[in-house]
Amino acid sequence: MITPALVLSAVLFVIGTLGVLVRRNAIIMFLCIELQLNAVNLAFVAFSRLHGIEGQIFVFFVMTVAAAEAAVGLAIIISIFRHYETVNVDNFKLLRW
Amino acid sequence: MHASLAAVLVQGGQATAEAAGHFEPFYPGLIILLPLIGFLLNGVLALRHGVASATAVRGGGELDLDTGGRPATHTLPSLIGPGVMLLAFLLTVVNFTRMLGAHIEEPVVISYWTWMATGTFTVDAAIQLDQLSMIMMMVVTGVGFLIHVFSVGYMKADSGYPRYFAYLNLFVFFMLTLVMGSSYALMFVGWEGVGLCSYLLIGFWFSDKEKADAGKKAFIVNRIGDVGFLVAMFLLYVTFGTVDFVAVFHDAETLAYGGSLVTAIALFFFLGAAGKSAQIPLYVWLPDAMAGPTPVSALIHAATMVTAGVNLVARSSVLFALAPVAGATVAGVGVLTALFAATIALKQNDIKKVLAYSTVSQLGYMFVGVGVGAYSAGVFHLMTHAFFKALLFLGAGAVIHSMHEAYHSTHSHEDAQDMRNMGGLKAHMPITWVTMWIATFAIAGIWPFAGFFSKDEIIWQTAAFGGATHAPYPMLYTVYWVIALAAAMLTAFYMTRMMVMTFHGTNRTGEEESKHLHEAPVVMWAPLAVLATLSVVGGWINVPESIRESFLGLGPLTSEWLHHWLEPITAQATHIQAANLGELSHSAPVGGGEFMWALISTVLAIAVVATTFRMVGQKEIVPAAQDVELTGFAKVLYNKWYVDEFYDRVIVEPILRTSRFFWKVIDAGIIDGVVNGVGWTARGVGFVISMFQTGSVNTYAFILTVGVLVILGVSIF
Amino acid sequence: MVDILFYVFAAVAIGGALGVVMAKSPVGSLLFMVTTLASVAGTYVLLEAHFLAAIQIIVYAGAIMVLFLFVIMLLNLGHDYHRDLKGGAYAVVSFAIVGAMAGMLQRQLRGSGITDAVASGGRAIDAAIAEHGAIGAIAEPLYTTYVVAFEITGILLLVAIVGALVLAKRNVA
Repeated sequence: MITPALVLSAVLFVIGTLGVLVRRNAIIMFLCIELQLNAVNLAFVAFSRLHGIEGQIFVFFVMTVAAAEAAVGLAIIISIFRHYETVNVDNFKLLRW
Repeated sequence: MHASLAAVLVQGGQATAEAAGHFEPFYPGLIILLPLIGFLLNGVLALRHGVASATAVRGGGELDLDTGGRPATHTLPSLIGPGVMLLAFLLTVVNFTRMLGAHIEEPVVISYWTWMATGTFTVDAAIQLDQLSMIMMMVVTGVGFLIHVFSVGYMKADSGYPRYFAYLNLFVFFMLTLVMGSSYALMFVGWEGVGLCSYLLIGFWFSDKEKADAGKKAFIVNRIGDVGFLVAMFLLYVTFGTVDFVAVFHDAETLAYGGSLVTAIALFFFLGAAGKSAQIPLYVWLPDAMAGPTPVSALIHAATMVTAGVNLVARSSVLFALAPVAGATVAGVGVLTALFAATIALKQNDIKKVLAYSTVSQLGYMFVGVGVGAYSAGVFHLMTHAFFKALLFLGAGAVIHSMHEAYHSTHSHEDAQDMRNMGGLKAHMPITWVTMWIATFAIAGIWPFAGFFSKDEIIWQTAAFGGATHAPYPMLYTVYWVIALAAAMLTAFYMTRMMVMTFHGTNRTGEEESKHLHEAPVVMWAPLAVLATLSVVGGWINVPESIRESFLGLGPLTSEWLHHWLEPITAQATHIQAANLGELSHSAPVGGGEFMWALISTVLAIAVVATTFRMVGQKEIVPAAQDVELTGFAKVLYNKWYVDEFYDRVIVEPILRTSRFFWKVIDAGIIDGVVNGVGWTARGVGFVISMFQTGSVNTYAFILTVGVLVILGVSIF
Repeated sequence: MVDILFYVFAAVAIGGALGVVMAKSPVGSLLFMVTTLASVAGTYVLLEAHFLAAIQIIVYAGAIMVLFLFVIMLLNLGHDYHRDLKGGAYAVVSFAIVGAMAGMLQRQLRGSGITDAVASGGRAIDAAIAEHGAIGAIAEPLYTTYVVAFEITGILLLVAIVGALVLAKRNVA
């Protein structure tokens, strides 16, 4: 079941990447990043069947970081929304030449 | 460094035990240090004077040195400058007398600290006391002291008085480093240092562009020679791994006699010597160097610095003895310079220019001496020349001083240095007149004055060398001998011409002006008197045996003292020469012995002086303002064979053109173009790449993904 | 039986993931995400990571997703039902890039020589679960070997809380 799990992980990661690339809604992009994180977590768990408990421990930390990231990220989105009244990233173009 | 300086003062350094023999050096480091201290003190005074005069100018006026007593900045140097020189001279005398009684065979090397150590190569800050450096030290400090004293009178009215003495002391410091250093590296330090001081002092009145340019010219021409010195030094290092005199000369005989390496080293050293000692083709700076104050001309450009090249060749006698081609080159260049400069001196009207070309000519003689292996004769002429040429320059200085004040009194703009404006000065300045005639007899080689012995020995040695059993180019040396004799006659002619034009006949200065002509003050004529005495008796320290036994000599009272004194220095070279050339000749190419030719040349010299005296005395000389332009060959001589113009055309202008090409085309065009091109390219590429910086997070994520893919691809494939 | 369950979970997870990317409304995306998370939690169970499966449900699908939902509702984003997919060349290139990525991953996976056989690491986990229980198996290394990282994670969370508060606080100006 390890190989199929890794394949699933890869598929989820690719879909997540696609989502980050093509969606304009900041929150959805954020969700897709979470999806990528989950795909990686799945790979870790699959690998823990080969290499031991460390894989699961790493997943634990990734989840914590994801939680922290979600908290901060969403706070940023909220303050951006207050400013622009939108979460469409095409409107945030200050960081350009 | 600090501790070492203390060691210099307290212990007099650490002498190497086995070399010391009976000779106990007496604070030799202090001899070098004293002029440096003088430089620092005078330098501080010069800076203070600079501040004071700047303050005065800012206040709307000008610093007045005459009313209300001279400030300390202009009184103290009169004590400091000559004072340190006197102390240094006395110390040198003490060391000299100690060495006289010691009969040391090996040089005494006193090392103070390690100057540099890189890998296997070390150079110590060490001084070498031996017979040659001792003679040079005596000349430098002795004549130097006299010229410092003279300067007190000569430069008194100059506002740059403290600066002048600072430079002069610094010069002596470097000159002593040059002659006392124990390695070529240290010698080079002194070599460059005296060059710097020469530059500073030639351009002493730097607000006059011509004089500043003369300083530059001296500096640049000397650089050409310095390249030779450096290359020779590098070659020595590559060959022997050291540049210490003792070590190099010890190993030198492992080189093949006449080999290309030793010839190259000797020739490169000679290039350096030719630059410093104003030999063809690098002599052009010395006549221009007369732009400096006259005592400077006496000290640097006659008595000491310009003889550094002779000192170098004499010091490297072993190398030159091993390279007969180099020896022939040295002697050839020397004899040509002697003749060439003498011809130019025939037609010069500037009193200092005559003396300058005379100096070049006499330096040529010294190189003939060291070139034919007569190192002691070369050094001997160096010493006597220091006496009488310093005397001539100081005498000329006294004349110019007097002339200058005469013209100053009427605000005339006539040239105070032009001999056509002089004449009849003997009535106004008798002491100067007498002493300068003594120097003229000495330089003309008339018995019993100093120049007779030194010059005749050089000429004789040329003949003797050419006639040696296995002499390399006997015919060549015969030609040298003839030219040297001819140049000696020219010397007698132009010097007498100068004396007559300056001191005899009727005065051409002008009615009003001539009332202000006066004898120099005692502080100026006292050095003249001392030098005149030396010019009379200086030659008797080295009387060849054949002359001593004849009616020209004093028999057992005199000896070839200098020759024997320098024997430890020249023994190795003499030995090499004897082994390869066989015995020197005892008769001239056309017959006759040493005594006979000495007699002939002195009789000829007297005859030339007498004839010239009548000839020039009868000719009517008109003041410079009314003089007509010369024609024909005289004009060529007056214009110094057009050598400066030739150099301008052949060397300076092509260099300027090439430089301009490199500037305009290579630098401004290609190099700047490339640099700017790189800049423009970077900006262009940056502009294109900045297009990717859309500000859109998606694009960034996209580029990031591509980057990840690339890295992934590289790690996979 | 286990295999069938896995493929069911996998199918639901992939479907949910596609839904996240394709759904018109943010809330729809979110719900698809919850589905995916739950399915992945199922595969965790099948891979003997029971504790992780539990916190995946509790923390991820529960807390974090609810946080997202709150934000969506707070910003009142539930109504804009137009697709905000980027189109045109950009989308094509994106698909190409993603396809290349998939290809690379597939190639790498095939070349890795990983089989389905459980290795010594997995057997150690099984033994630990048998001895300490599902939580004990992960708790023991977490509080011994990785205790420093664990504590630092606590600090990280604290910083995140402070940061989120500061950022989201309405400026009283």
